[in-house]
Amino acid sequence: MIGKTLFDKLWDSHLVRENEDGTSLLYIDRHLIHEVTSPQAFEGMRLANRSLWRTEANVAVPDHNIPTKDREKGIEDPISKLQVDTLDANCDSFKIKEFKMSNPNQGIVHVIGPEQGLTLPGMTIVCGDSHTSTHGALGALAFGIGTSEVEHVLSTQCLIQQKTKNMLIKVNGELKQGITAKDLILYIIGKIGTAGGTGYAIEFGGDAIKSLSMEGRMTVCNMTIEAGARAGLIAVDQKTLDYVKDKPFSPKGALWTEACEYWETLQSDENAVFDKIIEFNADKINPMVTWGTSPELVTDVENEIPFSSNDKFQLALNYMGLEMGMPIKNILLDKIFIGSCTNSRIEDLREAAKIVDGKKVSDSIKLAMVVPGSGPVKLQAEQEGLDKIFINAGFEWRDPGCSMCLAMNADRLEAGERCASTSNRNFEGRQGQGGRTHLVSPAMAAAAAIKGYFVNVTNADWGN
Amino acid sequence: MDKFQTFTGIVAPLDRANIDTDAIIPKQFLKSIHRTGFGPYLFDEWRYLDHGEPGQDCSDRPLNQDFVLNQERYRNASILLTRENFGCGSSREHAPWALLDFGIKTIIAESFADIFYNNCFKNGILPIALPSEKVESLIEKTKLNIGFSLKVELDKQILIDSNETVIPFDIESFRKDALLNGLDEIGLTLSRVEEIKSFEIDHLKKYPWIFKS
Ligand code: SF4
Repeated sequence: MIGKTLFDKLWDSHLVRENEDGTSLLYIDRHLIHEVTSPQAFEGMRLANRSLWRTEANVAVPDHNIPTKDREKGIEDPISKLQVDTLDANCDSFKIKEFKMSNPNQGIVHVIGPEQGLTLPGMTIVCGDSHTSTHGALGALAFGIGTSEVEHVLSTQCLIQQKTKNMLIKVNGELKQGITAKDLILYIIGKIGTAGGTGYAIEFGGDAIKSLSMEGRMTVCNMTIEAGARAGLIAVDQKTLDYVKDKPFSPKGALWTEACEYWETLQSDENAVFDKIIEFNADKINPMVTWGTSPELVTDVENEIPFSSNDKFQLALNYMGLEMGMPIKNILLDKIFIGSCTNSRIEDLREAAKIVDGKKVSDSIKLAMVVPGSGPVKLQAEQEGLDKIFINAGFEWRDPGCSMCLAMNADRLEAGERCASTSNRNFEGRQGQGGRTHLVSPAMAAAAAIKGYFVNVTNADWGN
Repeated sequence: MDKFQTFTGIVAPLDRANIDTDAIIPKQFLKSIHRTGFGPYLFDEWRYLDHGEPGQDCSDRPLNQDFVLNQERYRNASILLTRENFGCGSSREHAPWALLDFGIKTIIAESFADIFYNNCFKNGILPIALPSEKVESLIEKTKLNIGFSLKVELDKQILIDSNETVIPFDIESFRKDALLNGLDEIGLTLSRVEEIKSFEIDHLKKYPWIFKS
């Protein structure tokens, strides 16, 4: 019998029915909700006089709009406030579990799902947010949806979907010392392009993926959408189970044992057939820095901005205020942002803190900020003394939220400002109109804060 | 959703690849809790020379005259013509809402990002993927002929220009049906209530931990 991929297994176990027209009705186990993409869905449900299908399947948190400092003063911007208030009111009236802004467990939706044990292996998970792909790191089928589909899930616990194709990206060998999951995924996007995964669910495998921590795996799956694939997946192994164990909402006792027995089957079969397989060697990868306005416009920190006659290169460089042939290390920075659902977990903060420990942020940097991904991440970092390391170096230590990843709140770049950011999108205006974003790992962003320009953190003498 | 009907519209070329949803509708406008009213802010950072805020009256904002939709000949366009990977980035349905509100009913591109493509259909917008040489030649035509229009016949899956040149396009049948009939997908799913319920009972038996929280 022909084997199944992990994606096939997850798909099949959630298939309510296959329709005659080639679409399928897929059951959704977990629905994560935030303030930006849900108000119109709740409104639609009310207007159509429909009720919520399964209350406990839903969990909500405000993250995009909320301030990252002086939170006790509330939300200043009245339009943002209305959106967050609307989320609170909708959750209250439908009795949906919500981690409100004042809740110590509040955080970025894709950070708190796994952290709270609300994201479990084998689940189908959706959210009105493209970075829902993050949750695939736990062996779940997770993908972003639009607001109409948010309403569909609220009302029916199902989605009408067409099955995507299977891709395996295998990363063989070992990452070099100091090379992170962020460098790895930026490297992959650089190779396959931002549309390389369109129409596929991508499973990541190979020794380099297996040796990543759960945080690292989440970083990789998080940015799968930047390669065009709605879902990223990584097989369940002992690391997954160890991570999920004892989380607030993960199963306990006999249920835990029963769940583990099932979760251990969540890998692609040996003889599974993928529609496409791409292989990379991990030892080829160096710290990566994007130089353009799309995550695929990326290169190794030791390189120069490539020469090309492609129009899209020139367009991007005009916006970025850079030139072909310029060494990445000559790029001078104004701001540093360490945060976002890509890189704001405890391991990310530890890596960055290791770099800045005992050093000072360069005088040429106007603002360097660390925004932990959630309340628990923040608390853990403080217990480990990381906050002190950052503050002593001259970083601002903020409250959890999306912050300058998309600049919906007050944290943003001004026109022309250049930022080393651990987030996931370097699109025009993403971090503020006219702002210029370079995507990097937490360690690279930390070192750039110290020097004021990019350095190769894997060189022992980068600080000299 | 309204039924998608045959129409003839002016084609505006947005000759650029990888146009992301942040460009289509910048983040500050996502603070709205409504589905409508996004049209004036479509492509806000490209369309205006100043910074726009939600609720702002756009009638006296300084326009970027170079931007295609600001040019007199394209002001009333209802078909957008563009390059590869249109709509990449965020899942915001505000992007199709803004396009629709502006008056765009069909988007022709070399390719689309998955979530955006899907979101279009939920809002009665028809996204059409055409090979790059076809897009290239259409871009040429829009530039050469002021008022260049196409007739969009979804039922026959063709585009026709004023010279009667016919361009066929592909679309999955279920998507075509949904647009042509203005299907209420949620209503459709709710007609399967019994099936969903029995699936759920079975699912609960197999994976009881999912239902504990
Ligand atoms: S951190 Fe950024 S990418 Fe992640 S959910 Fe928030 S806005 Fe989206």
